[in-house]
Amino acid sequence: MATLNSNIPSGPLASKWESYKFNTKLINPANKRKYKIIVVGAGLAGASASATLAELGYEVHNFVFHDSPRRAHSVAAQGGINAAKNYQNDGDSVHRLFYDTIKGGDFRAREANVHRLAEVSVNIIDQCAAQGVPFAREYGGLLDNRSFGGAQVSRTFYARGQTGQQLLLGAYSALNKMIGQGAVKSYTHSEMLDLVVVDGHAKGIIVRNLQTGEITRHNADAVVLATGGYGNVYNLSTYARGANATAIWRAYKRGACFGNPCYMQIHPTCIPVSGDYQSKLTLMSESLRNDGRVWVPKKKEDCRKAPSDIAEADRDYYLERMYSAFGNLAPRDIASRAAKTVCDEGRGIGETGLGVYLDFADAIGRLGEGKVRERYGNLFAMYHEITNEDAYKTPMRIYPAVHYTMGGLWVDYNLMSNVPGLFVLGEANFSDHGANRLGASALMQGLSDGYFVLPATISGYLASQKPDKRPATDNAAFKQAEESVQSLTKQLLGNKGTRTPASFHKELGKLMWDHCGMARNKAGLETGIKLIGELREEYWRNVKVAGEAGEWNQSLENAGRIADFMELGELICRDALHREESCGGHFREEYQYTKDDPETKQGLVNPGDVKRRDDAFAYVAGWEYGGAPDKAPILNKEPLVYEEVHMSTRSYK
Amino acid sequence: MKVKLKVWRQKNRNTAGEFRTYESPALNENMSFLEMLDVVNEELANKGEDPIAFDHDCREGICGTCSLVIGGKPHGPHRGVATCQTYMRSFRDGDTIVVEPFRAKAFPIIKDLVVDRKAFDRIQHAGGFISVRTGAAPDANSIPVPKENADLAMDAAQCIGCGACVAACKNASAMLFVAAKVSHLGLLPQGQPERFKRVKAMVTQMDAEGFGACTVTGSCEAVCPKEISLDFIARMNRDYGVALLKGEPKQIAGGVG
Amino acid sequence: MSIVSVIFKSSIGKKYVMAGTGALLFLFVIGHLVGNLQVFGPPELINTYAHFLQSKPAMVWGARIGLLVLVVLHVTTAVQLSIANKAARPVTYSGGEAYGSAWQSRYMLMSGIVIAAFIVYHLAHFTARLPAINGVGDFTKIKTVLHGEIVPDVYAMMVLGFQVWWVALFYIVAQALLFIHLGHGIASAFQSFGLRDHVWWPRIQFLAKGASIAIFIGYALIPISIYMRVVGSDYAGKAAAQLKDSASVQPAVATQGKETH
Repeated sequence: MATLNSNIPSGPLASKWESYKFNTKLINPANKRKYKIIVVGAGLAGASASATLAELGYEVHNFVFHDSPRRAHSVAAQGGINAAKNYQNDGDSVHRLFYDTIKGGDFRAREANVHRLAEVSVNIIDQCAAQGVPFAREYGGLLDNRSFGGAQVSRTFYARGQTGQQLLLGAYSALNKMIGQGAVKSYTHSEMLDLVVVDGHAKGIIVRNLQTGEITRHNADAVVLATGGYGNVYNLSTYARGANATAIWRAYKRGACFGNPCYMQIHPTCIPVSGDYQSKLTLMSESLRNDGRVWVPKKKEDCRKAPSDIAEADRDYYLERMYSAFGNLAPRDIASRAAKTVCDEGRGIGETGLGVYLDFADAIGRLGEGKVRERYGNLFAMYHEITNEDAYKTPMRIYPAVHYTMGGLWVDYNLMSNVPGLFVLGEANFSDHGANRLGASALMQGLSDGYFVLPATISGYLASQKPDKRPATDNAAFKQAEESVQSLTKQLLGNKGTRTPASFHKELGKLMWDHCGMARNKAGLETGIKLIGELREEYWRNVKVAGEAGEWNQSLENAGRIADFMELGELICRDALHREESCGGHFREEYQYTKDDPETKQGLVNPGDVKRRDDAFAYVAGWEYGGAPDKAPILNKEPLVYEEVHMSTRSYK
Repeated sequence: MKVKLKVWRQKNRNTAGEFRTYESPALNENMSFLEMLDVVNEELANKGEDPIAFDHDCREGICGTCSLVIGGKPHGPHRGVATCQTYMRSFRDGDTIVVEPFRAKAFPIIKDLVVDRKAFDRIQHAGGFISVRTGAAPDANSIPVPKENADLAMDAAQCIGCGACVAACKNASAMLFVAAKVSHLGLLPQGQPERFKRVKAMVTQMDAEGFGACTVTGSCEAVCPKEISLDFIARMNRDYGVALLKGEPKQIAGGVG
Repeated sequence: MSIVSVIFKSSIGKKYVMAGTGALLFLFVIGHLVGNLQVFGPPELINTYAHFLQSKPAMVWGARIGLLVLVVLHVTTAVQLSIANKAARPVTYSGGEAYGSAWQSRYMLMSGIVIAAFIVYHLAHFTARLPAINGVGDFTKIKTVLHGEIVPDVYAMMVLGFQVWWVALFYIVAQALLFIHLGHGIASAFQSFGLRDHVWWPRIQFLAKGASIAIFIGYALIPISIYMRVVGSDYAGKAAAQLKDSASVQPAVATQGKETH
């Protein structure tokens, strides 16, 4: 059994981070260069961490499987980044951002981490502005803000509809500066395939060069994983096609615990699926809900009509009706589930009946088409490219899609996993969003972890390691890890099967969506676990991988990643099955408010809203690898102790 | 619908390549071009043939990974979109579509349609940044930026680094890419201290990578998925000239006391 | 590195050289056109102008050397850039023009080569006056009297020269190519120096187009109107007689002049 000690510093919540920083051991500048740190990934978290660690004087080696560190999927975040700047004078504060985030996460995040995130948020905006991120400005030259879901203040900073891109390019530029100075060594087209653990500490990785197929060993004093989320288990998602869980999954198999894998975010505003050839779902930014109104017809028989033929009185603006205080800006989990509910009632629109309208007619009437174009022009253009429909004239069709994973490798307050020396940042860790992430918080967390948190916390671990004493790559653990990678490759390429990896991925995705999607129940999850297990067995029997090991081989890359998705998919289901409550994005049909509950009668929630069970499930589930894919994983628990906030019913009415 | 594909196949950077022709299976016109290639590849894999290697990732036009010259135009027939946002409805049933990699000496072919665009990164390493240490930044609102400058900087900063400008230019010039970077940072007050050092360093690296020169043909602007303007090339040319006139900074002598 | 070596080594520096030399050559083209358009006046007008120039050898040779330097720089830099540009794409695309490029931009090298060839011919034709290439005879023999001085009859030489159809045609073709070259080159010079923004770019392109059209019309009008016998055909008939008169080879040319016969 692993021990999950959160290592939260003592003292009042608001001063924990300050006192932590003062009490952490430092490393003197002359010694810093003797420590080598491996960072895997160069999204917001990985790039910002690599750059900052190198600025501090550490020897940093950065690995990405992309052709360039600039490609990570942080680049695709559209809407914005939250920060408690209160530039709008609308009552925002660090405490309010903290509270909104912890409530948005349905009281399943760690209090101290979230407060730190809110504190650091203000520094992020300063840092990014100084780097030249072209945030939107008002005419006076100062920064502009917009609103996002789950908040009643305007605290979201943005750069048109490409905030993630601009922040990523900012972090990438900081990384470039350090690569140019020789302080960071950048490995591109280099995929991490295993974690090397020496005497219980993470001390290196095994890497495949995607261009040549060469497998190499890399040692370090600490390993940082910033490899993003695992939503592609569902095959169809808003993730980039290349996004995968291999780095964190192989670390899991080397002993790192996986925290809350079942917390998935299903984003309410994506373009609906159009056919089975589809490779990807495209997100329409949440910022659209600032001005767009979500509706479906009141009557089933209207669903096939053109939207313009449905009278105003026959439209159900269901978010405004059900959650009047937040309306169309209800948090993502709630908006997604509401869309599912109305579609399940048979009131969904479009060919498949799996869609709702996002209508801008009111906004265009109020602001004029020009203003709407200025705010969302690129999103409307993107929508037009994909659907061939003009959203200025007819409402957008949207439907929820897998978008983000709140779960991830378990980390303590230091962002270190239960394997000493292994740090996990950004979406790859589980820590700050609880059971649901608010819009514009992912960018905040990635940059917070990379620029400000890890650089302060890693010295505590490194101080316990003697400088220049990391194990060499001829150590037995390196040899064993490399051999296991080689044998996996051999097994995949040597298999004489008949099915392509992609066909398995499609099937896995469908199983996951059907059995562990927006609404989950015991029977469904049990079936899911059984079917996924069978699919995994078939995979190893029947997969067929083209090409050779020593060359550019996309089939081989995918085959390895899909093998990991199979195992992870099963773990997600197991976690969802064990968590017999509903919270945030995890909705168990057995646990929902009914019209007879007191909270419903008081008007706090609607019937069908998620019902937490704080008495039994106020903990982080940290799953530990059972030793083999078919052995049950071990459940470790980290209790969530709230010192400041009272776990209350989450109400957006 | 069905199409015929004439695709460049090349095993690796050291072997010669050739065009090969493939018939697509029945397609849906709402498929993206890359989804069409996925379908063709599944068929090839099922037949035991080597699938066509092509670069892609986000599939929503922002990561800059996808490339391809489709029917003579980088990123396919439409303006202002990347290959991944090109849909089969842009083609007709029975069309023959020629698919080639981006071609430039500075972008060597890795396999089939995949090229190595590391040269862009190296240009960025040379100067594509504002030197600000983490934690050293002043309050964000202490540096006002005129809205028009911020907007113009954003126009330039939208560059996704795909390399279509190089692919389209008859000289395989990277001027639009470098100009977008130089202009984005050069337009902002934060970028002023390193403005002239930056442009010199980046242009020097650009030349060292073996890209061609600018003949102001406008191809780059026409194919850019973010429609980045030639205006920025003029801006870079001007900054570069000023940088040359300013000369090298005075060397400081001696160490610290 | 000194600024000069950077200019001649870097790609943008070379574009400055192209733009700078091109701009000066463009100014010469305008000046030269103003001089030549005097052919539409009475013969004395252009002959006086030509005589004035020839009476200032230092100025003329200074200008010629200057122009030669400009042309050499313009051409060698263009060759260097073309070689580098070709090298930047060792394997070309299977077909199709460069998408979205301005058509004139694709013919800069071709138009430049023809213009360079034309310049050589033009110098041999009217400056060195080599008899073998003009299809008429020895232009050095054509003289006239101006204010009591015997001077070369430039007016007659031009008229006789352009009455030859293929000469006129070559000049017109060369001017058409110059039009293409300038149509792209003038605006590009502003671009290369960065002397423009989004406001001025359309204006510069409009003015550049206008200037290149005006120059084409101005230059092309001369051979056209001479070949169409609109200008100087009766005058030229008399001048042509000089070429046939073998005695005229003698230095005793006092008997000849515009009032002979």
